[in-house]
Amino acid sequence: MVAQNVFFYLLAGIILFSAFRVVTSNNVVHAALYLVAVLAAVAAEYVLLAAEFVAATQVLVYIGAIIVLFLFGIMLTRAKLGSDQDLTHPHWALSAATAVVMFGVMGYALVDQFHWTATPLPADTRLVSVDGSNSATVSDSVFTAYLVPFEVVSVLLLAALVGAIVLARKD
Amino acid sequence: MFALDPLFSGTFDGAVFLIVLAKVVIAFALLLVSVLFMIWFERKLHADMSNRLGPNRAGPFGILQTLADGIKFFFKEDLLPDRADKRIFILAPFLSLVPAFLVFSVIPLGGVFTAEKQGIVTVFGRETYVQLADPPIGVLLILACSSIAVYGVMLAGWSSGSKYPLLGSVRATAQMVSYEAALGLSVIAVVMLAGSLSTHDMVMVQAGEGFGGILPRWNLIATGVVPFVIFVIAGTAELNRPPFDLVEAEQELVGGFHTEYSSIRFALFFLAEFMNTVTMSAIIVTLFLGGPAGPTFFGPALMWGPIWFASKLFLFLFMFVWLRATLPRFRYDQLMDLGWKVLIPISLGWMLLLASLNVAGDAGWNTFVVAGAAVLIGLVAYLMLAGAIATSARRREQAELEGSIR
Amino acid sequence: MSDFLRDYLTVGIFGLTGVALVGLLLGLGSLLRPTRPQPQKYINYESGVDPVGTGWGQSNVRYYIFALLFVMFDVEAVFIFPFATRVDAYGWFGLIEMGIFIVVLALGLLYAWKKKVLRWV
Repeated sequence: MVAQNVFFYLLAGIILFSAFRVVTSNNVVHAALYLVAVLAAVAAEYVLLAAEFVAATQVLVYIGAIIVLFLFGIMLTRAKLGSDQDLTHPHWALSAATAVVMFGVMGYALVDQFHWTATPLPADTRLVSVDGSNSATVSDSVFTAYLVPFEVVSVLLLAALVGAIVLARKD
Repeated sequence: MFALDPLFSGTFDGAVFLIVLAKVVIAFALLLVSVLFMIWFERKLHADMSNRLGPNRAGPFGILQTLADGIKFFFKEDLLPDRADKRIFILAPFLSLVPAFLVFSVIPLGGVFTAEKQGIVTVFGRETYVQLADPPIGVLLILACSSIAVYGVMLAGWSSGSKYPLLGSVRATAQMVSYEAALGLSVIAVVMLAGSLSTHDMVMVQAGEGFGGILPRWNLIATGVVPFVIFVIAGTAELNRPPFDLVEAEQELVGGFHTEYSSIRFALFFLAEFMNTVTMSAIIVTLFLGGPAGPTFFGPALMWGPIWFASKLFLFLFMFVWLRATLPRFRYDQLMDLGWKVLIPISLGWMLLLASLNVAGDAGWNTFVVAGAAVLIGLVAYLMLAGAIATSARRREQAELEGSIR
Repeated sequence: MSDFLRDYLTVGIFGLTGVALVGLLLGLGSLLRPTRPQPQKYINYESGVDPVGTGWGQSNVRYYIFALLFVMFDVEAVFIFPFATRVDAYGWFGLIEMGIFIVVLALGLLYAWKKKVLRWV
């Protein structure tokens, strides 16, 4: 368990530092890359929690697709791609305060829900999974409890695509 | 049903540590040697196919040419362009090479895949698989690595601060993400057969007595060839190899995303390209051709796993060189058409067909009836779609004609 | 540390070996190679003439659409993968649900196709 804790704090440090750099970086592309670092470290935390399927999804979807989309979006605009001194919003202090309040609310909700109880990790994922992998467990919950959200996801993605195409086409 | 690598299920002691260390060293050495071999092999074979001599000075048959070139790269001046974004410029080769490296860790390299042995070998009194690691989501790890590799190309082009690399990298990124979708969807057919995402299980289901006792039980045949063809095409595009090498179309883009790279930094991209070719071949062999599984003849059974793996791997390395020597480069619009209008719809349709056959088989329905019905539905859907497209094209032409008269 | 994590630790060690290899090659290169700086050497390559403009360009909106399509199909694949490992367990119910999911997303591809954004001119 000790090694896991060491890795946890190491990754948490990376996440905090990178997240800070995402908002303070002067270069939009650098900010996007720091966001990649945050997401990658979160994926590694998922692996530590024995949620390997979620970790793989995080890398595939967030790093592999969504940040690539961000980067194309950045390159699409006329924004200067080097560093940019006036990237910081004039009301940044207000947003920082909002972020702190949000963090407080979410932290309170978490603590209130779990009351600092530590849930032990399963020593062996085979104990909590079907057929030796937890992707099957994920699948089982998608096809029972979360069936409706699952189908709604497809409609959401369709709407996003149609919206983008309507905006992108001139006629 | 299936288990994780038994190496880690016991106590963790010195023997386990030694085995892990040995595996890392062996996998590392094997990968590097095969990459060096592949670079020489490609140059030599391509030369033969185009009636040239190819490398023939350094060592017998020029086999040391790669080494000589590698040494030369070390002695070349390294230029970082003034306009480059220095940190990302330096980071990009890492992002290109390390994912190519990581993929190799989930490839099964040997072992005896019989019902009682399950691909397990005993070393130092400990049981283990002949592959570096067998995470239960091995296939997703491969796909995740290929999605990280996109960043290497994209950032190399972007950080150079130059026009050709930027154009090359934007093209490359769009190409790689397009074909990654097809790649992922074609793998699903294989996952469905294995009922697992682990690469070891993939090999396990392909081992043993085949169809009619003659054909091997490879996924290539069991999934009906189509996913295999899609995977190979998408894989070639993912590697940016000819005929999909628009990324570095020399006539238009100089060197593509690595135009501004020189010295050993360029060599790293070069190495990554060939390493990706080797690992992609290894992935194809694992997913569709049964990896190291195969019949054993004489001598120790353990010997045959690596032999089968190496010969299947060689087949695909040959194929990649052959494609390069034979096919002309695609045009960009043809490339995108092939990816989005052919490969993705077909792989989705084929996946649904296989899933219905699977479910129908379990329900006790007649396979041929279900397959016939599915093909009929697919045909009707295709005809309706083709009809709709043809009608709209005709109407548009009509409208354009009328417009031009006025 | 659980058994399961050791598998990933092995992958991690292998990845670090890769990073070390790249670092070693770069380090060795920096020791061996000559450095004779001249300002002309650090100008971008533009077919031999002095570079024009900034080098960072605005990219086409088509690329964005393709990336968005990829997001769609990536999310789709992520849902299909766990389903594929359990096809037998769900039977017709799972197949129909998955069929609806895929058809809805295929409509997106069809829409893009019909709106000609897949055509590269």
